[in-house]
Amino acid sequence: MSVEILMPALSPSMEEGTLSKWLVKEGDQVVSGDLIAEIETDKATMEVEAVEDGKIGKLLVEEGDQAIKVNTPIAILLNENEELPNEVKQIIDEKKEKFVTSTFIVTSNDSSEKLKNITPLNYKNITVREALRDAMSEEMRLDNNVFIMGEEVAEYQGAYKVTQGLLDEFGDKRVIDTPITEHGFAGIGVGAAFANLKPIVEFMTFNFAMQAIDQIINSAAKTLYMSGGQMGCPIVFRGPNGAASRVGAQHSHCYASWYAHCPGLKVIAPWSSEDAKGLLKSAIRDPNPIIFLENEVLYGQSFDCPDDENFLIPIGKAKIEKVGSDVTIVAFSIMVGKALEAAKILKDNGIDAEVINLRTLRPLDNETILNSVKKTNRVVTCEEGFPFSGIGAEISAVISENVFDWLDAPVTRVTGKDVPMPYAANLEKLALPQVDDIVNACKKVCYKN
Amino acid sequence: MKKNISKKDININPNLNYDINLLRKLYKKMLLIRRFEEKAGQLYGMGQIGGFCHLYIGQEAVVVGIQSVQIEGDTVVTSYRDHGHMIACDMDSKGVMAELTGRIDGYSRGKGGSMHMFSREKGFFGGHGIVGAQVPIGAGLAFAHKYNSTNNISIAYFGDGAANQGQVYETYNIASLWKLPVIFVIENNEYGMGTSVKRASSGNNLAERGKGYGIKFEIVDGMDVLAVRDASERAAEHCRAGKGPFILEMKTYRYRGHSMSDPANYRTRSEVDQIKKNSDPIENLKQILLKSGVTEDELKLENNKIKETVNEAAIFAQESPEPSIDELFKDITIN
Repeated sequence: MSVEILMPALSPSMEEGTLSKWLVKEGDQVVSGDLIAEIETDKATMEVEAVEDGKIGKLLVEEGDQAIKVNTPIAILLNENEELPNEVKQIIDEKKEKFVTSTFIVTSNDSSEKLKNITPLNYKNITVREALRDAMSEEMRLDNNVFIMGEEVAEYQGAYKVTQGLLDEFGDKRVIDTPITEHGFAGIGVGAAFANLKPIVEFMTFNFAMQAIDQIINSAAKTLYMSGGQMGCPIVFRGPNGAASRVGAQHSHCYASWYAHCPGLKVIAPWSSEDAKGLLKSAIRDPNPIIFLENEVLYGQSFDCPDDENFLIPIGKAKIEKVGSDVTIVAFSIMVGKALEAAKILKDNGIDAEVINLRTLRPLDNETILNSVKKTNRVVTCEEGFPFSGIGAEISAVISENVFDWLDAPVTRVTGKDVPMPYAANLEKLALPQVDDIVNACKKVCYKN
Repeated sequence: MKKNISKKDININPNLNYDINLLRKLYKKMLLIRRFEEKAGQLYGMGQIGGFCHLYIGQEAVVVGIQSVQIEGDTVVTSYRDHGHMIACDMDSKGVMAELTGRIDGYSRGKGGSMHMFSREKGFFGGHGIVGAQVPIGAGLAFAHKYNSTNNISIAYFGDGAANQGQVYETYNIASLWKLPVIFVIENNEYGMGTSVKRASSGNNLAERGKGYGIKFEIVDGMDVLAVRDASERAAEHCRAGKGPFILEMKTYRYRGHSMSDPANYRTRSEVDQIKKNSDPIENLKQILLKSGVTEDELKLENNKIKETVNEAAIFAQESPEPSIDELFKDITIN
């Protein structure tokens, strides 16, 4: 009886992967535990073992095949002396068609973008992960004072592979593995920044930055003010924020509103590769402490990104990703993608939504939000974080204070539910804001069912 | 000798072959700190200084002894009991006092106060109000010294109270691992606010906790400015030679309460009096100076000059205007 070897899920957020290398060939005998392949996931390259004994009957994917969905058959294992059954041979070709899917490409509407004096000539389709890495390596080439420190950033090549290759290029003086001591290394980063170096401090996730929040708020954010302007702190704290997939309450928290609450910080939450690259480069050049909130699920998504090392995105400016006239959807980070999906569905329902990608949460681009509200008269805010004192609550207040008379419906929030993140797949899905929630909220403020 | 210090722990240099002018300098600086702090206490009582105000009286030998081995470019970072450190760094008494009164001519333009003052120019990086937070920052400054391939060192002061904070040990680990040129100076004044070291800290000497991280340490009579200087010289040499961090535990004592509002009921009057009588760092150095041929008259003259300096600072600090309203929104971020 033949057995299908399936593409394994090797991390919580892995949906697809690359088969980088076969370690067996057709006809090889394997026993359970033998290494059969190397698979590149969104986080790392990992070796896969055979789980049963047998003979490799057929390799269904080729070395280098990308975007192979989890659970896709990648090989057929036969019993000894068994031949590949004819019916299996027949279905192989069909399956091959299915499992290699094209990567997700979003073309954005650029009409409101005002990139001063910058006209990127070429676009390149890259992942958010690559965009972040490129931003860091370009800035490190330009400025010797820029260095990166964090857990597994150097020899391991990054827990999420964001710092892949940096150690090779810049050496261990500038790409520095730290012990697992967030409070300590965040403080050391702050001290180095006070001394005019430009540290990039990577947190494996912002959940772990809670260990270091005293240094971030009390030391990095407040000292410029407390020193009468003497003690600038040019530091970037970056890493994934918010929910990944099925990692539970202690690894899924969105800290956007926590940091955005604090004067002295700038808080950035990119969505696309373009955002990631242009904003991280600006963040590294900025003389202030920056909180740079990435998203693990987005790391592997691909977008067109300007291929130009002079490309920068100004901090504090939102981007209108899609122009519309009926309702404004304000979103940041991963919710921008969901908002764009919702906008497509809404279009089929006769509602023309405008989608704003905030990009920066502090300082918030009030102007772009308010102008959009004046046009559409209806607003839905979207975030993964909790509703209480969230970014949506702040936007709602800003709208009430400034353009109350322009509103035709109450400002409506789509947020994560007010519960610690559950582990169970069904509950997690319920706890996180979905495209349908945005669609329904938009219909509600447009008084359409 | 103080009651809690066992003789065998302490390195005392009995050799008094110091340059007399160095001794004069040390004396003057310690005296300036003491007079400054007395004046600050007075102004606090008059309502001219608000909030928290932690005086350094009694501990002067620590910072003055260490400062005497610093070279241009070395950096200092400490806790909220920071007035003495600033004066030791040659920051202007007027600017420090004006910050205490919350005026525009203060080092932080009146926006930092007693606990949060800085002078990049003088290598003084604060003045930090969160117990222990200055320790990783001090290691970060050392990181920069090393990164920039300088011969400079970082001096990170903290108290016996901070010595129980986790971030101190996170920092020990990294500083030792990365061989950062930092001297960790534990100013053990026996009380973390109202809790004696005995009630708060396990083990014997706080400095010994560095052993587990492979950090060299010395335990020093922090009431003896010359012992402090000697030990600091060894520590600084170790750091400048690229051998990594060094811990100095200074056994010292604060005469006043934790802050101005602390009645210090956790210790007896006689405990304080004994130390003032037997171990006062300024009085003891004065005796050495007198034995070395310096006259009472000269020292009196010096004392008067210092009093004048401090009085001028106090007047300046009261006459300097409050920050203008537009300061409220200044220096939140750099534009």
